[in-house]
Amino acid sequence: MRTFISGNEALAHGIRLARPHVISAYPITPQTTVVEHLSSMCSAGKLTAEFVHVESEHSALSCAIGASATGARTFTATSSQGLLYMAECLHYAAGGRFPVVMMNANRSTALPWNIYGDQRDSMGLLDQGWIQLYVENAQEALDMSLVAYRVAEDSRVLTPFMINMDGFVLTHTYEVVDIPDQELADRFLPSYVTDNRFDFDSPKSMAFSVGPEQNFRFKFREHQAMNRAKKVIAEAEKSFAEVFGRQYTGLVENYRCDDAEYVIVTIGSVSGLVRSVVDELRRDGVAAGLLKIRYMRPFPDAEIAEILRGVKAVGVLEKDISFGYEGTVFTNVNSALQVAGLSVRTSNFIGGLGGADISREQIRDIFQSLESDGRRLNFLGINREEYDD
Amino acid sequence: MSGKNDEKVRTIPFVRQGKKLTVGEIPEITAYEAGFLTVTNASWRTETPVCDRNRCNGCLNCYLYCPEGCVYRDGKTGKIDIDYDFCKGCGICAKLCRKGAIIMEKHGK
Repeated sequence: MRTFISGNEALAHGIRLARPHVISAYPITPQTTVVEHLSSMCSAGKLTAEFVHVESEHSALSCAIGASATGARTFTATSSQGLLYMAECLHYAAGGRFPVVMMNANRSTALPWNIYGDQRDSMGLLDQGWIQLYVENAQEALDMSLVAYRVAEDSRVLTPFMINMDGFVLTHTYEVVDIPDQELADRFLPSYVTDNRFDFDSPKSMAFSVGPEQNFRFKFREHQAMNRAKKVIAEAEKSFAEVFGRQYTGLVENYRCDDAEYVIVTIGSVSGLVRSVVDELRRDGVAAGLLKIRYMRPFPDAEIAEILRGVKAVGVLEKDISFGYEGTVFTNVNSALQVAGLSVRTSNFIGGLGGADISREQIRDIFQSLESDGRRLNFLGINREEYDD
Repeated sequence: MSGKNDEKVRTIPFVRQGKKLTVGEIPEITAYEAGFLTVTNASWRTETPVCDRNRCNGCLNCYLYCPEGCVYRDGKTGKIDIDYDFCKGCGICAKLCRKGAIIMEKHGK
């Protein structure tokens, strides 16, 4: 069914179709309407799930973990400061191998206080052991809700899954979205079966301690599982295309990069604007391309290096900054290039912090600056004379 | 005092028996029998929970609340038993047992 809805509502429909058993959420700021929609669906009988209102984000994720430890499929959603308040529990979910799915509306972090979109909240939590996906539009948010459970609950992966959506730009804007039938969703997504639960037939110790001698081996296994997710994501998207007829591009998207000389690397919703500028520049005869990173963890290092092989210059555009160094996406991309032995000229463009608009003109300027040796680290809209160095 | 677990050695093959694990033997999950991959840890107990099996109805309420996960089910009787290698003697099980089946026995002077 095609309908005109917000990104939040689209994601809520995706979660509804995944038939979670337990949804836990803190309903107050910085929460989005995702959980409000799910709550309405539950009360209207359109979704049979236990909806638990809790007193904080820390409790929201704890509740989802506890429910997952009974073998339930679980969901929670949050944003910015709420995600940060969950930080302790993020490790519990990942280390305990509980495949919780969470939607995070990417919004800026305090201070100064601001509720508009940037990606510093989730980028600051890359090392928590969660799969991190960044979607570009409302349809993808809906579709990836189903893919998320399929990947997270796969016995080869068993890793929690964070679906990141740019705050406001994606969560609060309206698009035409195709809501698939339940029957198709059921065909795509098997039910969750696990030994990782309270078991009354054979009681086990849940979430046990492990001494120093073996503890790091668990972390090694966690790392292996996250890497295995790369293959499972590809399988899930192939199956998704067969069932729903929509094909996604895996860990990254290569848009006109094959013969490109200048490529902008993006993440999330700004990709649409860059794609459009690439088309304009191509009409003007500039060999421009876009590399969109969809998954920050597991990180698609080989895929990125393969696409950027032979490119003259790369600009990484991102909505976060690791103060005192550079953007985190940039660091990761440079590492991927270095591992592959590629010496491509790269520079970093920080934009959109605190919801600042990124304009078409600024994207064109980035492409232009890639043609000459510019600064390594650039803040969009900051004049050259304003830098100290 | 019944401080023995007759079946304890049945399926807990690892650290308690001094065996080394290979990475392949590490489970993908963190749900296993009590004390898996840790050394025994019970010396701080000053009281020991003892289950009266005639009163225990196997509801497993104690299992759900045991912070050490050291309550297990006796395969033959369906009633509970406690792994004393890992029980810290906190007494939560005795406190919330609805049948009054668990009694905390003080250790001798």
